[in-house]
Amino acid sequence: MDNDIIKSLPHVSSSPHFRSKLTTRREMLDVIIAMIPITIWGAYHFGLYSLLVVIVTAATAVAAEYIYEKLMHLPITIGDLSAIVTGMILSLNMPPSIPIWVPMIGAVFAIVVVKQLYGGLGQNFINPAIAARCFLHISFAGLMNDFSAPAIGFDAVTGATPLAAIRLGTPYSYWDLFIGNTPGTIGEVSVLCLLIGIGYMIARNIITPRVPITYIATFSIFMFIAGGFDFNYLILQLLSGAIIFGACFMANDYVTSPVTHGGQVVYAIFLGLMTGVIRTFAPSAEGVSYAILFGNLLVPIIERYTIPKPFGKRGNKKV
Amino acid sequence: MGLATFRGGVHTYEGKNLSEHCEIRPLEFDGEYVFPMSQGIGAPSKPIVAKGDYVLAGQKIAEPGGFVSAVVNSSVSGTVKAVEPRLTTMGTKTMSVVIESDGKYETVEGIGKERDYTILSKEEIRNIIKEAGIVGMGGAGFPTHVKLAPKNDEAIEYVIANGSECEPMLTNDHRLMLEEPERIIGGVKICLQLFPNAKGIIAIENNKMDAVERINELIKDEPRIQVTTMRTKYPEGGERQLIFAVTGRHINSSMLPADAGCVVDNVATLAAIYDAVAKSTPIMEKAITITGDAMKNPANVRIRLGVSYGRIAEALGGFKEPPAKIICGGPMMGMALWNTDVPVCKNTSALCAFLTDEVTIDPGTHCVRCGRCVDACPIFLVPPLMAKAAERRDTAKFEELNGMECIECGTCSYICPAKRPLTQFFKQMRRDVMTARRAKQAAEAAKKAEAEKKA
Repeated sequence: MDNDIIKSLPHVSSSPHFRSKLTTRREMLDVIIAMIPITIWGAYHFGLYSLLVVIVTAATAVAAEYIYEKLMHLPITIGDLSAIVTGMILSLNMPPSIPIWVPMIGAVFAIVVVKQLYGGLGQNFINPAIAARCFLHISFAGLMNDFSAPAIGFDAVTGATPLAAIRLGTPYSYWDLFIGNTPGTIGEVSVLCLLIGIGYMIARNIITPRVPITYIATFSIFMFIAGGFDFNYLILQLLSGAIIFGACFMANDYVTSPVTHGGQVVYAIFLGLMTGVIRTFAPSAEGVSYAILFGNLLVPIIERYTIPKPFGKRGNKKV
Repeated sequence: MGLATFRGGVHTYEGKNLSEHCEIRPLEFDGEYVFPMSQGIGAPSKPIVAKGDYVLAGQKIAEPGGFVSAVVNSSVSGTVKAVEPRLTTMGTKTMSVVIESDGKYETVEGIGKERDYTILSKEEIRNIIKEAGIVGMGGAGFPTHVKLAPKNDEAIEYVIANGSECEPMLTNDHRLMLEEPERIIGGVKICLQLFPNAKGIIAIENNKMDAVERINELIKDEPRIQVTTMRTKYPEGGERQLIFAVTGRHINSSMLPADAGCVVDNVATLAAIYDAVAKSTPIMEKAITITGDAMKNPANVRIRLGVSYGRIAEALGGFKEPPAKIICGGPMMGMALWNTDVPVCKNTSALCAFLTDEVTIDPGTHCVRCGRCVDACPIFLVPPLMAKAAERRDTAKFEELNGMECIECGTCSYICPAKRPLTQFFKQMRRDVMTARRAKQAAEAAKKAEAEKKA
């Protein structure tokens, strides 16, 4: 056949032949960028040791992924940056005084047990960082609940987190809670920095506000009722603990949240109720991690019942 | 008034600037012309000429092979060299009539004769369109005479001329609307004659405002025809998206546009209808775009059907460098070619040659379920779950997830950051399901026949 004019054989593949410039790596990078404000606040507020915790945990996560894949003769996927995201989320959930080896164990657990054993990126059914946090919580309860580290610009006499403090009846001012002038885990304290992060992700179209808004709204309604219609109590509940952090960075996790729009709403409502129930009735003041963990397990079922009706099967509406 | 549009879709790189200012220029070729018997949806046509026959330009060389099938006419005069399987743009060999042009373009008597279509009956018009071998020239190649014969002519409320040209790179419809809008408007008028209650709408994306203005100017005095400007978005020209954007009505895979009171035809098809009915000229030529960064001289050309893409590319100066990818059609739904020695058919509208193959740039990752495909799917499907079913070859689950509603537009693959071949998965699954359905139907028919035999 006369193929002279082409000179060399061109590629052949199924359409479409154009691809967008989006990459998984870029999505992950945007999540990392979104976590930088809270990381900086953590370092400023709790001291540079916090920054060390974040960097070492993220590095451990990457190393764990690299070593596992090397040993298993799998393609090396650290370039997609997802291990850094997992490591950062985990470390930002650590108390500032945590011995560095604790999050390092957590990072290895998250990457190897939760992520890689199920097939790596996109295949895990629960969020690796949250699973690792819960694992550490159970294994090192004392260390994980020690918030006595001195913070800059903050009176370190009380070692209780704001949530525990609410129970003890010694709340902080709204302003302190909002900018993050309170004890707590490295990444959760500053609502302001969290909002900057989530704003960035929404602006970059990394996430939709669907899950965080539904989650926080459901949680608010629950706590408003559970708190006896006390507005003050509700604000304190909202501004303290991991609720905002969880709504922005953990509930939204691509892999372990539903892909259907309806499913995302159902999932977020479930998380809001679950968090409220745990905070109100369980002995632990924190509920976000466990609520999301439970939520993750329900994702396949939620998706099954929220498949949208396709175009043209919704009745013939006239405009 | 807001721009007409639909939910979902993507805004791709357009790349139309390469050729949108190039006037359509006629190119003539001597030598071999190939006419495949299958040029779009429907049963293959049956050749009615044999090797050695002398044919004239415009002469019928094949009869429809079924109800949904089209006539094929020769575009040149010359001798039939062979009737044999030839490579087509689909990548397979199809029975074709091969004609060696004598370069004289002698036409069948009567071709080009002006005809007053307003005195023709509906039957006559439909028959002329059928004999002219007109099929949808936008891509699918559905026989137009079938499309124009719905159950009830009175129920058709819209005749939509599809001038959206939402595929990136392509400019042949744009140029046609600018240079020969009278033919398109004439085609719409002929269709309006078939459907007494219909309104003619010429739908154009807002990246072609010059065409909108040009046509608006010409239809000032046509009370039954109007232009609808649509937001530039892919796949705006998809039949279901287009009907929704223009009329707000929904159709699904098991409905025809006529079920929503619509008839949709590409602008090039309407121009062909005008030629056939008003000028007694069957479909012999087509305006196509030859473009892409690998082309020395991107252009819009008018060529006679049956000439090979390679010869057109060569006549335009060839490639700058060997292209990494050559596509027949647009980059979103076109077919990649490994050999340019394939004929231009009625339903193919472009050749795009690229120096880089975007598909191979990034090997991608696993699906991270970011949901961008879910947001972009114009049919509101859930590609990540469908892809999982496809990986397991689970056709039952695929159907449960409404996979058969997929229009294979390529939006999901385009947007996917993990670079997953989603559309490819779905095409394969849809074929599997169709094959299984056909096998089931055949088995049932055989069973029924056997039962009848016994009885």
